[in-house]
Amino acid sequence: MNRINVWVTYLQVAPLALVFLLFLVVPIVTIVVVSFFDYNTTQIIPAFLIQNYDELLSSPVTWQTYLQTLQFAAITWAITLVVGFVVAYFLAFHVRSATWQTVLFLVCTIPFWTSNIIRMISWIPFLGRNGLLNTTLIGMGIIDRPLEFLLFSPFSVVLAYVHLYTLFMVVPIFNSMMRIDRSLLEAARDAGATGWQTLWNVVVPLCKPGIAIGSIFVVTIVMGDFVTVRLMSGGQSASVGLMMMNAMSLLQYPAAAANAVILLLLVLLTVAAMMRLVDIRKEL
Amino acid sequence: MARTNSKGLGRRKVLKGAVGVAGALAGTTLGAPTIWAQATRNITLRQIGTGVSAINEIAEKCKADLGITLQMTALDSDAVVQRVVTQPNSFDIGDIEYWMCKKVFPANTLQAMNVKKIKYFDKIVPIFTSGKLKPDSVIAQGTAPNTVSFVEGAGSTKFAKGQTEWFTMIPTIYNADTLGIRPDLVGRKIENWKDILDPRFKGKTSILNIPSIGIMDAAMICESAGIVKYGDKGNMTRAEIDKTIDFLIKTKKEGQFRAFWKTFDESVNLMASGEVVIQSMWSPAVTAVRAKGIPCVYQPLKEGYRAWGGGLSLAKHLQGAQLDAAYEYINWYLSGWVGAFLNRQGYYSAVLETAKANMTEDEWGYWMEGKPAKGEIKNPQGVVMEKPGAVRDGGSFYDRMGAVSCWNAVMDEDRYMVQKWNQFIAA
Repeated sequence: MNRINVWVTYLQVAPLALVFLLFLVVPIVTIVVVSFFDYNTTQIIPAFLIQNYDELLSSPVTWQTYLQTLQFAAITWAITLVVGFVVAYFLAFHVRSATWQTVLFLVCTIPFWTSNIIRMISWIPFLGRNGLLNTTLIGMGIIDRPLEFLLFSPFSVVLAYVHLYTLFMVVPIFNSMMRIDRSLLEAARDAGATGWQTLWNVVVPLCKPGIAIGSIFVVTIVMGDFVTVRLMSGGQSASVGLMMMNAMSLLQYPAAAANAVILLLLVLLTVAAMMRLVDIRKEL
Repeated sequence: MARTNSKGLGRRKVLKGAVGVAGALAGTTLGAPTIWAQATRNITLRQIGTGVSAINEIAEKCKADLGITLQMTALDSDAVVQRVVTQPNSFDIGDIEYWMCKKVFPANTLQAMNVKKIKYFDKIVPIFTSGKLKPDSVIAQGTAPNTVSFVEGAGSTKFAKGQTEWFTMIPTIYNADTLGIRPDLVGRKIENWKDILDPRFKGKTSILNIPSIGIMDAAMICESAGIVKYGDKGNMTRAEIDKTIDFLIKTKKEGQFRAFWKTFDESVNLMASGEVVIQSMWSPAVTAVRAKGIPCVYQPLKEGYRAWGGGLSLAKHLQGAQLDAAYEYINWYLSGWVGAFLNRQGYYSAVLETAKANMTEDEWGYWMEGKPAKGEIKNPQGVVMEKPGAVRDGGSFYDRMGAVSCWNAVMDEDRYMVQKWNQFIAA
């Protein structure tokens, strides 16, 4: 490559690089810097302290909250993976006509035309003590007193997560499945594989990139979430996001920044682990 | 516009003013003429505050009477604190709660106002000046408004012990909070704060999850149940905080609470749907439940009320014609129309005398004197709220505000308290 070509390449990369620098690198560096600052009730004081991290990591509340957040992420991930895979499988292999595939795929996305919060809140009257579900069950004589665990519990939090984020699994897995050469499935059947064997030895390995991308979406969203946890648990559960919100509302920005850095590291580690399992770039 | 420019107002203000000029031309000149009236015609004041007091009707009336354009931005309490401290140039008038004032004023982004320029200063309810509603009243615990009402001098950020000429905030609205109950579902008489702990209400109670306020409700409950005896509920020691939070965690683990609410709407929904039958509540939230045709009572309790209040404060950067306009707005605010409007919402206004002149005798009797309504009682928008014969929960202004046992507060151990509160929510 000659000299001029190199410059042209740099020029072509420059706009995107600048955007990333301005809107990704600079904010993150700022957060890291602030996380070492000192603060009092009304001021943030430039300094270099590890007190924020010390206070955070030595508190049992932090560990409890992180554990709870990881728990929510793991459960949500497992359920959305199973549901997402089944839905994608149905769309990709059982629906024969391309038109119907598109139509059904669009049906999956329709809920996303309303806001997250609205979809979440709509569960509250449904699951409540005198809600639709409880009244129906009592009316049918299945239970004689309302089920209390349905709302303002870990159950309702996970339910909302699954409802909100399954599509993020469906889309990439569906995408991977559509790329699978159908003759591979025929070859598997001709070689005498049962349906399960084909699924496990052919379809799942070829869907790995889709599964990895979907997993990254779901896990990162759930770990950073604070609205769902607060609304659906009725304030009974904590999450890392909520901890940060509380700190910020009291102007304790450095403490919130320290927490953000820890969460970022944790999420990066999780994503890195997933990337080790699946080399997304190679498989795409 | 050219004329305003020649008076030295910046281009930006002129542009802002221009937005409202069309509306202003219609009928502004009828307003009370004051010495500033000419100069303030095209001024815009940006007011930030909580949803309870950022009321569009007030902005419209202000435009009609004074020609001043008010741009109201409604935020939640936490966001107001953040704006005042971190973006002091983004507003002109800050509507701040008294307990927040203790945190916000020392940040030096607000300016105290000269009481000589406030026409009705002497008529402001004495809770905000001397701290005593009546000469023989005891000043309640917590961040009582009078303790943050005065600073030592012009430009000072240090709160004065007694009255000075420099006033931090003009009280806008205040109220005395207590527990809300569903009389149809509790099935017993509710008299004390500790009644929320009754095993009969297991899984059907709630308190609010705003640490600085929630801890005060918790303190009222703990004190009522004889679990903790506080020196000052509004300024607890670490030991008192520990005891209070430990008790809350124990109660939470036993399943006494259904939820912890953070916004007005959440509290209304919890109550209206029957998820809870007794919880901490705000007065207009009780009204909102009742407006759905569901019985709800704002229950007066033996231990008294937990009070709160908000006030208008001036941004540090205000000066010249804008500062004059801000004073004019404040004097107008206290002159009666707004007071009557706020009283009709069930809140209390700062200057009673002028508000009374703007209300009918029946309205005043119902809202402020605890008398049964003679006719229908309407809210400020004209919707009928109560039928003839109705009596306000908690009785008269003096019965309620005279029974305040503590004010929402910022404690010295604030940081520790929030850590412990997070522990409670995470438990």
